[in-house]
Amino acid sequence: MNSPYLAKSPSVAQIMAKVLLALIPAVAAYVWFFGPAVLVTMALASATALALEAVMLKLRKKPVKPYLLDGSALLTAWLLALSIPPMGPWWLIVTGTAFAIVIAKHLYGGLGSNPFNPAMVGYAVLIISFPVQMTQWLAPLSIAQSHLDFMSQLGYMFFHALPQGAQLDAFTSATPLDTLKTQLHLDKPMAAIMSMPVYGAIGGTGGQWVAAAYLAGGLYLLQQKIISWHVPAAFIATIFIVSGTFHLIDPAHHASPWFELATGATMICAFFILTDPVTGPTTPRGKLVFASGAGFLTFAIRTYGGYPDGVAFAVLLMNICVPLIDAYTQPAVFGKKK
Amino acid sequence: MRALHRFNGGVHPPEHKGESTLRPIQQPPLPEKLVIPLHQHIGNSAKPLVEAGDTVLKGQMIGKAEGYVSGAIHAPTSGKILSVGHEAVPHPSGLKDLCIVLAPDGLESWTDLQPIDHLNMDPSTLRNRLRDAGVVGLGGAVFPSFIKLNPGAGKRIRTLVLNGAECEPYITCDDMLMRERAREIIEGAAIMRHMLHAEEVVIGIEDNKPQAISAMREAAGQSMEVVAVPTIYPGGGAKQLIRVLTGIEVPAGERSTDLGVQCFNVATAASVYRAIRHGEPVLSRIVTVTGNVKNPGNFEALIGTPMDHLVDQAGPLEGSDGAIMGGPMMGFDLPSTAVPVVKATNCIIVKSDALFPTKPQPMPCIRCARCAESCPAELQPQELYWFAKAGNFGKAQEYALFDCIECGCCTYVCPSHIPLVQFYRYAKSEIWAQEREKKAADLARIRHDLRQERIEREKREKAERLAQKSAQAKTAEHSQPEQK
Amino acid sequence: MLDAIFVMSGLALFLGGVLGYASIRFHVQGNALVEKIDAILPQTQCAQCGFPGCRPYAEAIAEGRADINQCPPGGDANIHKLADLLGVEFKSLNASHGEPKPKSVAFIDESTCIGCTLCLQACPVDAICGAPKQMHTIIAQECTGCELCIAPCPVDCIFMIPIQENISNWKWKQPAYLKGAA
Ligand code: SF4
Ligand code: SF4
Ligand code: SF4
Ligand code: SF4
Repeated sequence: MNSPYLAKSPSVAQIMAKVLLALIPAVAAYVWFFGPAVLVTMALASATALALEAVMLKLRKKPVKPYLLDGSALLTAWLLALSIPPMGPWWLIVTGTAFAIVIAKHLYGGLGSNPFNPAMVGYAVLIISFPVQMTQWLAPLSIAQSHLDFMSQLGYMFFHALPQGAQLDAFTSATPLDTLKTQLHLDKPMAAIMSMPVYGAIGGTGGQWVAAAYLAGGLYLLQQKIISWHVPAAFIATIFIVSGTFHLIDPAHHASPWFELATGATMICAFFILTDPVTGPTTPRGKLVFASGAGFLTFAIRTYGGYPDGVAFAVLLMNICVPLIDAYTQPAVFGKKK
Repeated sequence: MRALHRFNGGVHPPEHKGESTLRPIQQPPLPEKLVIPLHQHIGNSAKPLVEAGDTVLKGQMIGKAEGYVSGAIHAPTSGKILSVGHEAVPHPSGLKDLCIVLAPDGLESWTDLQPIDHLNMDPSTLRNRLRDAGVVGLGGAVFPSFIKLNPGAGKRIRTLVLNGAECEPYITCDDMLMRERAREIIEGAAIMRHMLHAEEVVIGIEDNKPQAISAMREAAGQSMEVVAVPTIYPGGGAKQLIRVLTGIEVPAGERSTDLGVQCFNVATAASVYRAIRHGEPVLSRIVTVTGNVKNPGNFEALIGTPMDHLVDQAGPLEGSDGAIMGGPMMGFDLPSTAVPVVKATNCIIVKSDALFPTKPQPMPCIRCARCAESCPAELQPQELYWFAKAGNFGKAQEYALFDCIECGCCTYVCPSHIPLVQFYRYAKSEIWAQEREKKAADLARIRHDLRQERIEREKREKAERLAQKSAQAKTAEHSQPEQK
Repeated sequence: MLDAIFVMSGLALFLGGVLGYASIRFHVQGNALVEKIDAILPQTQCAQCGFPGCRPYAEAIAEGRADINQCPPGGDANIHKLADLLGVEFKSLNASHGEPKPKSVAFIDESTCIGCTLCLQACPVDAICGAPKQMHTIIAQECTGCELCIAPCPVDCIFMIPIQENISNWKWKQPAYLKGAA
């Protein structure tokens, strides 16, 4: 052995465990507002991820146990499961997870070497390949015209079977962001759109509370020094400033900045996705550039793009830039500052 | 009050200093033999002045400083030289090096010592005295002190920094020295101030050593400032301490004297005092013996004392498994505890599995940048690691590999338990080896070219001579018939 | 279909043109190239490559008269460097020129040496000193280990001694690593 002879926890596995822990409040809020279907999605994604991770590690001749226990595959599975509609058919979840683990993670070299955020690759593949299934979100329980009991939800997920007389439209709805886009297209005034039931107080009935729970989990991670403040702060500030500016200029066509923050994947992205160390820059300045870039792209795609939420593509686009950002933001070393 | 500055990063490993400060500095009994390496300092090895069979007196020079960067070696006690040859030395390689083996006669008969009054001496005489007394940095770097005391023409030293920070866990030799021999340190500092014409002397001691701070304050009086600096590893690195006390950052590869500061370890100051005022060369040093032993403590050990002699004094415990020389952050595994104490030996830590459990298997780097946050040199250890591992040494140098002080902070915090510093040590020694090879190749090229030139020239000269000869012969032939 | 063919061949023509231009524009001038190659060669001057020294071999490579894998003292590491410099494929050392050996220096057994000066004339870097009829000795720092002095010696008193690892040339090893990790 060589010096240093001492080491300090946390290990990679402990870091991942804390991140998973920080996701729990959001999962709880999800279940509370949208029903327990998301738990099934998460379980299915987790099982798929772990199984495929083990297979890939074997194929790549890596020691299976330490890597499987590092928690990174589980985290990818959870993030993906939380990003797709909770009652999606089983093959949707399995396909997305498989893509994330096999292609985006292992074919690029596995933990530490993958340039793209695996969960976001999985999401992007799904939304391009299965746009219909990917936009059928469960309506919040409080405003759904009817809702399915848990068994029927399972039936739908695994056998695509609905109970007699049940209508898909009755318990699914588009997300607030998606609705905003279609309604604006129909030239509805902003105030009228925002008073639709799906919107809730700020960012969507139910959804805003899930976002708040992500925020809480994120603050826990900050406090535990698992993530640094640079990424969430820059991402949130950029979205707020850019959308705020547009809202001020043209309130009829641009939702308020608070809505942009509280809706969709803004919060999970700020604290859990962009903060993935492997696919982000390492320098403090680089982190600021990276996260602001992602914020800017998110807003642009949400406003002008064809997809309901811009987060996944924004993250992937910024992932490409990471080596460049790192190279240009190298801090000056001790004694060599200008 | 002096406004203190801070440096990037740093870590707070468990200190483990209490164990070895319970007793005063102890004098171990004379060992049966002393093994004195001739290379105990940065620079050239000293040249042996004695042969097997010689008798030597305590303090007699037995190895002469060779070249400019070097230091002399002395007999730590009187006795007989048993041999001059290759013996195991404390070095991470475990290789042998040239040593003088001395059997003490127990008489402790001194050679003539020549104390001098530094105030009546010019600095260059004092520097020569220090060189011949073998005074080198006792903080662990063992750089010959006389060189650092030569600021160069026209350079002004504003601040002389005395380093009593002792930031590395387990080590307490400087702490005990400051508690017990504060006066010697202060006198030594006064001599160095005189040699450097320094305006002020600032002594930095980490605030986890209140007894040392008060002892030093008392000895220093009004003449020097004793500053309690925050306890953080590696706050006792020379560059870090200079930064904390003066705000100056000394870049890698630059002399701190050029920026008006110079930094010495407190133990070095004490040995300067002894060398000048008592004429006594460096014959011993304080060594902390701690870790898995019954009575951890500090010993004033003669240079060359086999380490197990000291470990036996401290009483090794069950489960001991090898030893570290230095601290747990920057030290190295000893090939065995039979190797001798050298001038760089500040601490011997007896290892056990309980104290230093094997680290978990390394995982891939997850780019979390915790290493960069902890790096006092403000490097990007994860990038350096990447380049070093890939053998891309040029790129590693571009990312300031040689600014790395090998403090180990990055490795300490890495959640993937990657032996980062090991990669930097490896990369540095590969680069040095390449440079050596390059130098040798350049030399060979030049010598080969010179030889080619010489051969050409000789050929040409020969041809010319031949031509001349035949021309002469011809003229001779021509001239002959005319004479007829 | 036709469009595609046009586009592709157009593209090929264009890129070919760019490459051609680049190779003219950025062509390394002969002598500079020789210098660069020579800087990579180990300067052992052993002539195992089939040329009377490193520089002639460098010239031969630059002019395309010799392959890059003929220098045993340089070994595969140097062939890689040459391949990088010249932008050609790596090929492993041509064993007909010899095998790489650990770096050694020559040593003359001075009790046997008869002072014939033959080794002195053979040494490409003048690393042997001595005068006729006096014993000769080798300046270890300057010996490149080329072994050219061994054959001429009529009394076989020159030996090659491999350079031992010592404290000043010792190197840290690359950390042993979890198999397959990172
Ligand atoms: S601390 Fe370790 S895992 Fe994190 S970036 Fe540095 S080397 Fe990589
Ligand atoms: S060992 Fe080097 S890279 Fe690592 S923290 Fe210390 S100075 Fe920085
Ligand atoms: S084989 Fe010998 S002479 Fe030829 S290039 Fe290599 S070292 Fe030089
Ligand atoms: S001494 Fe012999 S081996 Fe060494 S360089 Fe000269 S000829 Fe070559």
